[in-house]
Amino acid sequence: MEEAGSLENEKIEMDCLLEAIFRKYGYDFRSYSRSHVLRRLRRRVEIDGLLSFSELQHRVLYDESCLQRVLQDLSINVTEMFRDPAFYQVIRAEVIPVLRTYPFVRIWHAGCASGEEVYSMAILLKEGGLESRCRLYATDFNEATIEKAKDGIYSLADIRSYTANYQKSGGTGVFSDYYTASYDSAIMNRELKKDIVFAHHNLVTDGEFGEMHLIICRNVLIYFNRDLQKRVVSLFSRSLARGGFLWIGSKESLRYDDPEEAFEPVVENARLYRKRYGTDE
Amino acid sequence: MKRATSDGNGSAGHFPAPSQAAGLVVVGVSAGGLEALKRVLGGLEAGFPLPVVIVQHRRSDSDSLLTRLLSNWSGLPVSEAEEKEPPLAGHAYLAPANYHLLIETDGCFSLTVDEPELFARPSINALFVTASDYWGPRLIAVVLTGANADGSLGVQRVKARGGRVVVQDPGEAEFPVMPSAAIAAIGIGAVDYIARLAEIPGILAHLAVAS
Repeated sequence: MEEAGSLENEKIEMDCLLEAIFRKYGYDFRSYSRSHVLRRLRRRVEIDGLLSFSELQHRVLYDESCLQRVLQDLSINVTEMFRDPAFYQVIRAEVIPVLRTYPFVRIWHAGCASGEEVYSMAILLKEGGLESRCRLYATDFNEATIEKAKDGIYSLADIRSYTANYQKSGGTGVFSDYYTASYDSAIMNRELKKDIVFAHHNLVTDGEFGEMHLIICRNVLIYFNRDLQKRVVSLFSRSLARGGFLWIGSKESLRYDDPEEAFEPVVENARLYRKRYGTDE
Repeated sequence: MKRATSDGNGSAGHFPAPSQAAGLVVVGVSAGGLEALKRVLGGLEAGFPLPVVIVQHRRSDSDSLLTRLLSNWSGLPVSEAEEKEPPLAGHAYLAPANYHLLIETDGCFSLTVDEPELFARPSINALFVTASDYWGPRLIAVVLTGANADGSLGVQRVKARGGRVVVQDPGEAEFPVMPSAAIAAIGIGAVDYIARLAEIPGILAHLAVAS
């Protein structure tokens, strides 16, 4: 049987590595889910043929390309258009009609990864008659990913499954109208991009984004430990106008993360919440 | 159930207090799983002294039907594992479709949507390895029917940390590839039990209280 000590050493080395990344580059993964970070970094050590996290730490400190690989490992890059289509139906029914009552709508998509869900929302807004009077701020901490999101180029193979999702989400148009196919890729239409602002923002270390009407942050909170989850939910509360919506991932909940009860559920099953009117935070 | 006292924020990590008693059962199952789970869970009695955490490979868009079916068949309450929830003794948990289920360094559940591992999400290896990190020798891992090799890496890790491994007899399994691969991965001598479905509930009940 392996000594429990080696696992303890591994955790110490992981802490040192995360501390080194933070102090050298400012990316803060110290409050991420530890089992997740451990799993991703073990994979990196294995792929790079290294012996330990300490060796990885040395490389990260002296070689920025190594840092870029680690950032890629620790970002959430797995996403799809109209993921959980039934939930998009809820957004069409519960959120879009409220947004229509505002003269101008501000939406923040926090942790947008390669942009699939941002374009999904842009399509929803267009079909909801909100085109040209909304601004979608799509942010991520990973600059490489944002560039991908800006390009809005996806594989045609993926687009096929997105088409099915789009139909299940209650789409009222023809999905192929929203992209141009070219060889084995699909490029999202320019009209969809004109209301989107892609920007760099780190939920762990950056501040609030003012007066949003809707914040979308799906499958990001699950990567954080409970303290950081609470901090980020409070950041969302401060970034929302009163009565603003918060939409989180299908397996996330505010049960432990909202001690001040800034939010109330709109459709709990769909993980859709609304900032209470009485809340001034 | 003993749990560690803190997590994250730079602490070096804590381990369950040294004790021989088992703390958690993890189950990995793929093709043919419905019938196998029916018999294993159906054979466990209410008040089973440990949490039972299951990864069953299934379609990414499958709904809560499996949970409902298993609830009907099992003496234990069955639910989908929820983010940051602590597993409770006498309760069975199913990994949600399209998420990896991990055991966090404080013993609670953690979900991720990282890319599939060996084409699977949830991944049996991901659960087994992280559960083993936390429970070490106090983990009982069970591999049932399946048509791929997920779980093999996981049982290697479980054995390296001194945990127990129970594998369904490939001769009986509807799909023998997965149990055979698990046995091959650690060597037949290192498998604690190779057993038929009918025997597995009794073995788990025995291991749960054995010291």
